[in-house]
Amino acid sequence: MARVSRRQILTAGAATGGGLLLGWHLDAQARVLGAAAKATRSVFAPNAFIRIGTDGRITLIMSQVEMGQGTYTSMPMLLAEELEVGLDQVHLEHAPPNDKLYANPLFGDQETGASTSVKVFYEPLRRAGATARTMLVAAAAATWNVDPASCRAQKGVVTHSPTGRTLTYGALADKAAKLPVPTQVALKDPKDFKLIGTPAKRLDTPAKVNGTAQYGIDVRLPGMKIATVAASPVVGGKVASLDDSKAKAIKGVRQIVRLDDVVAVVADHMWAAKQGLAALDIRWDDGPNATVSIADVVQGLAAATQTSGVVARKEGDAAAAIAGAPAKMEAIYQVPFLAHAAMEPINCTVHVRPDRCEVWTGSQVLTRAQATAAKVTGLPLEKVIVHNHYLGGGFGRRLEHDYVTQAVRIAKQVEGPVKVIWTREEDIRHDVYRPYYYDRIAAGVDARGQPIAWMHRLAGPAILARYLPAAFRDGIDPDGLDGAVHLLYDIPAVQVEFVRHEEPVLNTGFWRGVGVTHNTFVIESFIDELAAAAKQDPIEYRRALLGKSPRARAVLDLAARAAGWGQPLPAGCGRGVSLLYSGWGSYLAQVAEVAVSKSGEVRVHRIVCAVDCGTVVNPDTVKAQIEGGIVFGISGALYGEVTLKNGRVQQSNFNDVRVLRINETPAIEVHLVRNGEAPGGMGEPPTAVTAPALANAVFAATGKRIRMLPLERHLRSA
Amino acid sequence: MVTLKINGKSHTVDASPEMPLLWVLRDLLGMNGTKFGCGVALCGACTVHLDGIPRRACVMPVSAAVGHAITTIEAIGATPVGKKVQQAWLDLEVIQCGYCQSGQIMAAAALLAKIPAPTDTDIDQAMSGNICRCGTYPRIREAIKHAARTPSTDKRGA
Repeated sequence: MARVSRRQILTAGAATGGGLLLGWHLDAQARVLGAAAKATRSVFAPNAFIRIGTDGRITLIMSQVEMGQGTYTSMPMLLAEELEVGLDQVHLEHAPPNDKLYANPLFGDQETGASTSVKVFYEPLRRAGATARTMLVAAAAATWNVDPASCRAQKGVVTHSPTGRTLTYGALADKAAKLPVPTQVALKDPKDFKLIGTPAKRLDTPAKVNGTAQYGIDVRLPGMKIATVAASPVVGGKVASLDDSKAKAIKGVRQIVRLDDVVAVVADHMWAAKQGLAALDIRWDDGPNATVSIADVVQGLAAATQTSGVVARKEGDAAAAIAGAPAKMEAIYQVPFLAHAAMEPINCTVHVRPDRCEVWTGSQVLTRAQATAAKVTGLPLEKVIVHNHYLGGGFGRRLEHDYVTQAVRIAKQVEGPVKVIWTREEDIRHDVYRPYYYDRIAAGVDARGQPIAWMHRLAGPAILARYLPAAFRDGIDPDGLDGAVHLLYDIPAVQVEFVRHEEPVLNTGFWRGVGVTHNTFVIESFIDELAAAAKQDPIEYRRALLGKSPRARAVLDLAARAAGWGQPLPAGCGRGVSLLYSGWGSYLAQVAEVAVSKSGEVRVHRIVCAVDCGTVVNPDTVKAQIEGGIVFGISGALYGEVTLKNGRVQQSNFNDVRVLRINETPAIEVHLVRNGEAPGGMGEPPTAVTAPALANAVFAATGKRIRMLPLERHLRSA
Repeated sequence: MVTLKINGKSHTVDASPEMPLLWVLRDLLGMNGTKFGCGVALCGACTVHLDGIPRRACVMPVSAAVGHAITTIEAIGATPVGKKVQQAWLDLEVIQCGYCQSGQIMAAAALLAKIPAPTDTDIDQAMSGNICRCGTYPRIREAIKHAARTPSTDKRGA
């Protein structure tokens, strides 16, 4: 039995050791990204995350990127807590690419994703801070010739308690730098925390209210050109012929770069580039996917689920138990391809020179960006410099480096730096989509309607086989199965199977919640079906199956209570519940209230979400992630869908990639359970728990069970 | 050549009349606070003010901006309302990735300048053209109300 996920796969040593620290300067106090690393003399750098100058300047180096989730506040909180400095005393820097120094311990490379930052850096960063603090205290004690135990550190100052003498960290930096780095340090008792668990103000937001925050798309370099692209509209297609005469005649267009699968218009500014792109006459050879439509994809997946898959979880003999059960229920669930549509369109700036390559972008995977640039240019890794920036949304899209590869390929043909910006249409049509998943699920129930056996077979691609082959073991894609193998309900016979089925007509990857977004929809909708068939209350039905999961039961009870479960609603309205537990280690319960109009329009009135994610670093950020994740989840559940015709994505911009707007956003209430459990992930779970709560609410309102997303379209045809 | 009045200053740029104001700001003048989101006035990331009225710079030909006072996110904090909105955004921790927030703040500042105490319906009408994928809408709503309740510190009035 493999209850693994990509969050529990690889263990690598936490980043340790010193090293030359380059990187762009991000000043947490002035809150401005500067143009280049400032030459602050770094005298005390006991590890790769902390640098203290003799001038007292405290710099924290951020290996986990900031894409809205608040890492540039939570990671500094972990360091500052143990370092004994205030958040108002620190300056932040983007880390350079370096897997040796900055690997995410779960993946073995420098990666911000899978809702892991707080979870996996909770202890390593505290240790990094405590190490520095221990050395500074030792330096002060040596200066005074006193016992270090008689000294205490606070707000960047070491005080000798008996005499009241003080030395600042800056004054101690030189001396501390000469001390050996201790291998064992004492971490603070959580009861002494000053920062962790408090609602700290974010360090990145002041620059985001006045337009000074620098995203990848904001890079400006001397002599820089701007390019926009048309990649083959069909995966696997090539440029058959190109007439660029009209494009070249447009004022400001400087160059047309033709590669085998993409054409770029290089210009003085984006307007000229866009006009040039529109003036190109490109004939495509669409290749093997030329005639593929969405129906072909669905047919392939449906056929795949007719065969048995790799068993990822097995307890008892589910097939036999279902066959012998007094009653059997079964259903097919499907979820569509989804686009990310992060607000910052995909972009990457590159300057290729004979002896080096520089890349400016926003990436969740800096070392992958560096490696692809090295591969495309043929330069050694150390000759590729990657400057990271704030990300205008990630949601998993910027875990891919396809856009870096493409930009470097184009930049190789261009003299000087070039910023490649995708139009929104290009962004939507060349995304790396949340896969289409197709699930068959069945249960055997006893005479009272209680489940005695559970059989869940899902078909979809194995994203990790491509992305992180070491994590794809025994034919199991831990991401695709995340949540499904974590089924909490107390059912004697359980079997979960994965049928790997690749449809290479669209590139698929991580989308906020990945496999859990579909598994939770399937599980929580189906358990609702069982409750309805048993004529039992959906919450009571779940509660009875959660005897072994007190934390799950607690959030369920909390959500039910806060939502006023059972209180009457007007006609046409309904309440639905869902529960989530997965490899993130967090427990969520959600109650949604919806109103369904006669024409099938679903209006979400209220969402109540109860969350137990263990130890919380910044409670306000957790709350913000839950609110935002729910909004993201509503967009996906009600409207989200990417379809194919003749191999081409049919959607293109926010006119047909409908996302929730403020006037459609419900009241959202978040209830946090505070405890001392290990920190769980929080970026993705709120998105994944939302779709089933909505589908169950739609069922409560209409009596219609919608087993395919998006909800609105399938409700109208139901 | 086109002469524009942006944030109280005069700028002359070599732009064709139909070039959208967005690219004039970003690529010719290096004012990067105004963001590109969709290019077709569907998302509001590029919102600027033209004589105080919120407009989508991505579809506004630069010729249409000539002779008008253009205000961008870089200078909205110099207006009493803009300053209140920025502060409310920080007080309520509205922002996540922040990419759409230039446009959100510009839209909110224009709303409050017109309607000092907006209702939920007013907020819906003024803000529904601005997309946020991080889902900061609940906090945007509250921050607008918070800003509306905040007295202006500037004597020039809101």
